[in-house]
Order: sequence, then structure tokens, then C-alpha cells
Amino acid sequence: MTPGNDDARSRQVRPGRSMPARVWSGVGRATKEPDRARTASIGAASRAHRGRPGEPRRVAYLYILPATAVFVLFVLFPLVRSGWFSLYDWDGLGTGVWAGLANYEAVFTEPGLRGAFLHALVLIVFYAVIPVALGLLLAATMTRARMSGLGFFRVVLFLPQVIPMVVVAVAWRQIYEPQGPLNDTLRAVGLDSLARPWLGDYTAALPSVGLVGTWIGTGLCLILFLAGMAKIPRELYEAARLDGAGRLREFFAITLPSVRGELSVALTLTVIAALKTFDLVYVMTSGGPGNQTTVPSYEVYNNAFLIGRVGTAAALALVLTAVVFLVTLVINRIGEKADE
Amino acid sequence: MKQFRKHGMWVTAASSAVLLVAACAPGGGDDSGDGGGGEGNGTQGASDIQTDPSQLGDVTLTVWDQEVRGGQAEQIKTLNAAFEKAYPNITIDRVSRSTEDLRTTLRLALSGEDAPDVVQANNGRPEMGQYVGSDLLVPLDDYAEAYGWTDRFPESVRALASYSEDGAVFGEGQLYGLPQMGEIVGLYYSKSKLDQLGIEPPETTEDLEAALAAATDAGETPIQFGNSEPWAGIHEFGFVQNQFVDAETIRDLGFGRPGSSWTSDGNVQAAETMVSWVDQGYFTDGFNGIDYNTAWQDFAQGNGVFFVGGTWLVADLMEAMGDDVGFVLTPAGASGKHLVTGGTSIPWSIPANSDAQDAAAAYIDFITNADAMTTVAETGNLPVVDAGQQEATGLQADVFEAWATAGEEDLLVPYLDYATETFYDTLTAAVQNLLSGQSSPQAFLDTLETEYTAATGS
Repeated sequence: MTPGNDDARSRQVRPGRSMPARVWSGVGRATKEPDRARTASIGAASRAHRGRPGEPRRVAYLYILPATAVFVLFVLFPLVRSGWFSLYDWDGLGTGVWAGLANYEAVFTEPGLRGAFLHALVLIVFYAVIPVALGLLLAATMTRARMSGLGFFRVVLFLPQVIPMVVVAVAWRQIYEPQGPLNDTLRAVGLDSLARPWLGDYTAALPSVGLVGTWIGTGLCLILFLAGMAKIPRELYEAARLDGAGRLREFFAITLPSVRGELSVALTLTVIAALKTFDLVYVMTSGGPGNQTTVPSYEVYNNAFLIGRVGTAAALALVLTAVVFLVTLVINRIGEKADE
Repeated sequence: MKQFRKHGMWVTAASSAVLLVAACAPGGGDDSGDGGGGEGNGTQGASDIQTDPSQLGDVTLTVWDQEVRGGQAEQIKTLNAAFEKAYPNITIDRVSRSTEDLRTTLRLALSGEDAPDVVQANNGRPEMGQYVGSDLLVPLDDYAEAYGWTDRFPESVRALASYSEDGAVFGEGQLYGLPQMGEIVGLYYSKSKLDQLGIEPPETTEDLEAALAAATDAGETPIQFGNSEPWAGIHEFGFVQNQFVDAETIRDLGFGRPGSSWTSDGNVQAAETMVSWVDQGYFTDGFNGIDYNTAWQDFAQGNGVFFVGGTWLVADLMEAMGDDVGFVLTPAGASGKHLVTGGTSIPWSIPANSDAQDAAAAYIDFITNADAMTTVAETGNLPVVDAGQQEATGLQADVFEAWATAGEEDLLVPYLDYATETFYDTLTAAVQNLLSGQSSPQAFLDTLETEYTAATGS
């Protein structure tokens, strides 16, 4: 995510291809401003070196002070402090004992903690992969089909995004109950053998939680892709039609490349949502049955606040942050790569 | 140059801050206030204590409690008002939170300079044990002497709030808190259902198993059970274990003391019996997916013959079922004793960083004295002492009697998750695994034994 790079690339790309130019030009414009600021500050620095009073320089610091102060206070300081905690064996009350990297070792070796990360990987399928695929499919159909009542469906599918997560979790917990609506429906249509205590079932619990994520994420992906596809000029499809392209060919040759930007945004948002899941698990299963639905964020909470292993919790949180950071980086790289 | 020098100062300041941070462990040194202040305050001697609150001058007493539900909220409101009326010089600043919220905020509050004066600190090792180990609570022995708490509260009740000074030994040592209410996990039964089946409330394990079989034959749900909030499983397993294992073993295991074993014959029988009950359909279908509230509410609505539950449900069940519900101690098993899992409500303690400790002790005495116990009983709760002297009818009378018997015959055994700081997680997951057939009774007990021996070194 280096703005300078994007900028250079977008300039390079613009003349050759008409389509992505619009997508990238926005990025180009946005990154120009910092560039100018950078030039200005270099100018100021060289002026200061020449011995002129450093007033412009001081003013520049003043401008960034509020943002920097907030950043340092609420992001950098807690991050550094967590890193510091993570090196100690500390219950959050007494004096910590130096533990070196033992807490990090625990994150990767303790079955309970490692399991939490594995569950998060499964959740990525439900939170990110399925919603993105569904969203693409729905959006492509909705844009091309010119159906009536489009606005209504958009609202309905987006609605889960608006409801607070805890409410969603409570509602779904009731749906999944052994005597809940889901099982009642299954029994009503004669699928008695499928009915089960969904959240208490060892194999069904994690997918059950994941499906709620799918339900929430699909609407978001759909809206993003609809917006992206609305910008595709109809002429492109006409041209493709004349060249003899079918629906499928149209989708892969025109629609998909055109929403690459949206795709990378959708993936980033949903993958992060999957990795940081807490509320659904906290309300619906408390990590059970057994340890089938534990996730990293829940384990951070459990270790820090319930069993007093603050060091382990901090290490776990930092590893989770690193994973989120890496995944975001990779997704964005892929987005860029595809452009070349 | 002037600017450069300034810059240099910043760098020096920043790097020395980093060094400072790196040099001291979290919680050590100046970082979290004077955590060690407790000992000095606690050892002032019984004779120096001012037991007349009206002599303490104007005091604002900050009290953090979790008495937010029904009868619990009612009793503490009544008692607070009475205390303020009796001692106008003391103002109570009440901060009430749910149990969970209190638990998560208490850690920071206790280690801070501006700590509350009275708090409810849960008995177990992850809470009271850790607070004691970090010198954040005042030992109450001198106050106990001054106020006569030692005579008033039986050993079994005090043990549940007693720790060694370093917090390592639970169940003996110094006293760190006093509870208002008793708590036992017994057997609720539906009177009308038992009448229909033509059986009496079970006295022994045989009686119980016969009743469960009869209920199954009659198409009833024998035991209502919801275990999606997995602590219910601790109570359910404890209920079975109490019928097969002797009190001393359970106490060793529960308090995390060396000398006993999870793999004893009794424990094996208990685990196997519980699995056989699952296999025979004695518990609600799909219990791992049902939450606790749904389970007891179902029982209250007339589904299910029995419900294994704590006395905190008395008020709710009485309201819903009236005279149709009864309560007995755990049926007696091999030991012939009606051992019952239980303890006390969350004890009231005094933080070491409190600046009004004498007033705090006076408050704790006030909300646990004989008059207070009457208030506690009147609001539908089970008073920790004097239960026999309260007027009660119906379900409440059953519960008071059971509690009194448990006290007289020394039948109380602790909650099993007290054992180690992480035993709650281990046990809840293990019970879920056992009951859903994911692990065998032997594997279940081995899991528990491993953690128990690692913690006790036996």
C-alpha cells in the first residue's frame, strides 16, 4: 500500500486502457495532494538547513499535531504497550514476570489457541468467499436483468448490515434452537433427520455461526458490486455481444475486471470481519460446544479479562493484528497484480 | 541550532521513556499505584477498630456490587437505605453492574489509586485468589474479631472466602470477604408430575434412577437441561459426582488441594453414570444447544419432571409455578450422604486501596447482621446464616431447610471450577465433550486429572 506506487502505475496505465482509467484516476487524484505536501515539506526542510528561521516547519508540525496526538494516544501507545505486556507473564494485577517469547510460543503451540485461528480460517470461507461469490452473482444478474423492484431487493439484502451484531446473534440463536424455527421447518417438510441442536452440534456449530456471517456479508458485497457495475458502459456489452460473447464470457471479460477495485475492497472488509469475529461467538456459543467455535478475539477477551493471562492475551492480539495486516496486504497486492 | 537542541531533548526524553518502560515489569514499580499497601492497613489490630460508624465523621462510601436482579436488587436497596438512615454521616455511592461487567472492570479498579471502598469479589481463584495474591484486598480477621464474625459465620462459609496470604491456598488462611446469601445446587421437582408418576421425591440414587426411568416411560422429559452456556454442565456433573464420590475428595479437587485424584473409582462411576443417563435420554433432547434460561423456563412451564439448579432460581420458580415446585438436596449415593454443591453468593470485600476501610467493614457488618438476614429472606433470597429462624412457606421453606441441613451435617462441597485459574474453561469444555460422546469417561477424567496434578503438584 504505497501511495506513490499506485500513482505512478495509474499514470502508466491510463493511456493504454480506457476502462480501468476511471477506477484508478480517483486514486491518482487523492495521492497527488500528499505528494505536493511532501514537496512542500522538503522545501521547508532545505530552507531550514540554509539557516532561515524554521517557522514554516513548526507550523507544519502544528497542523499534524491533532491527528498525530490522537493516533499516538489511541493506536500507537496501546500497540506498544500490548507488545510490552506480551513479553511478560502477568495476571493484570500484580507484578509481571519476564517471559520472553513464551507467550508467542503458546499462541502457536497451545491447541486451544491454535484452534481458534483455524476456526477463523473456516470463518473466512463463510464471511468472505461465499458472500463475495454470491454478491457477484446477484449483482451481475440484477444489473443485466433490468428487473423491477430492484431497489426493494437491494434494501432487503443490505438490511442485515444495519442491525447491531448482538441483535443479529440473539435472533439467530433462537432460530437455531433445538425447538426453534429452523428445526420446525425441517420437520414440517419431512427432513427430520437434518434437524439438530445446531449450535450444540460438534460439526454444525461452526458452519452455523459462519452462515450468519454470510447472511450479513452478502448485502455489503452486493451493494459494492452493484455500484461498480453501474459504472460499466453499456457499449462494452454491446460490443461483446456483436463479437459473439455469451453471458458467461461477458461476465468474465467485462464485468469481473471492471469491479476489481470493488472486489478488493469487499474482500478486505469481509476477511477482516471474519478474523475479528467476537460478538456472534460471544452471544451464540461462548466458544462451545467443547472448543468448537472459539475464535482469536474471543480468546483474547477470555484470557485477558476472565482468566487473567494478560500476557498471552496481548501476544494473541498482536498475532491477530499481524495476520489481519498481512492478509490485507496480500489482497491489495493481488488487486494490483491483476491490473498488470 | 536552538531547534536541533530541542529536538535532541525530545529524543532523549522519548528514549529514556522507552528505557523506563523496558526496565519495569507491568504492574511493578510506580506503574499501577501502591498495590502492596494492603498489609499495613490490615494489621492494625482489633482494638484499634472503630466499630461505631457514627463516630467516623463524614464519609462517602463507594460500593461496587452486582446485585442487579429481582430479589437481590431489592434487598440491597432496602439495606442501603436503612444504613444511610441509621448513620447519616455516611453516604453510599452505589455502583451496580452485572456479574460479568463487574468482573471485567474490577481488576483495573482494585489496582488503581482511587479504588472503591467495598466490592463484591467472586470467591474463585481467577478473581479473589488473584486479588489476594496481589495484595489488593484487606484481610478481615481483625474486623472479624471486633465484630464477632467468626462466631456468626460457620467455618464452611468462611472457608469459601479464605486464602493464604499469597493467594496460593484456597479454603483456609485469612478471611477476605463475607457473603449475604447461601447458594446450593439441588434438585427441583414438579409436584404434579411426581404425583402422576406415583413417586416420592428421590432420597437415594436408586430412587432417582427409578424416577427417571418412569418419567421416560411416561413420555416426560426427565431432567430439563440447557448447556449452551456451559457452566450449567459444571452443576450437572457436580450433581452426579456428589452421589458417587466422598466429600473430602470433592473438596480437594474443588479447592485445588493436593491429595486426591480425578481418576478415582467414584469419579469413573460418576462420569459413566452421567453418560448412561444421556444415552437413555434422561436429559432434554439437544441440551448442548439450549441455553440455561430456556431450560428452567421450560421446566417452569410444566415441561420436565426435574431440574438441577441453584437456589438463585427460587424467586423466579415460585412466581411461575407456585405450589407445584419442590426442592430437595442431592439424592444420597454410595456415601449415604446428601452431598450438595454450593457455596455462598459473591462475598463483600474491602480493597486495600480503599481510604475508608473502617466504614467499609461497618457496612459489611450491617448488611450481614441478623436484621439484614431477615430482609434477605423477605425479598426471596436464601440468607447465608439464620435461615432456620426465617419465616418461609412453600419452595422457600424447602430451600431453607435444605440449606440448614447442609450446614448442620457438613454436606457442602465447593464448585469444581474453583480448582485452578483456568479450570472453568477446561471443565466446561470437557463436560460438553463427555456428554456429546466426543470423549470417553476415561479421556474426560484424564483431561481434568492432568490440569489438577499440574496445578497441585501431586
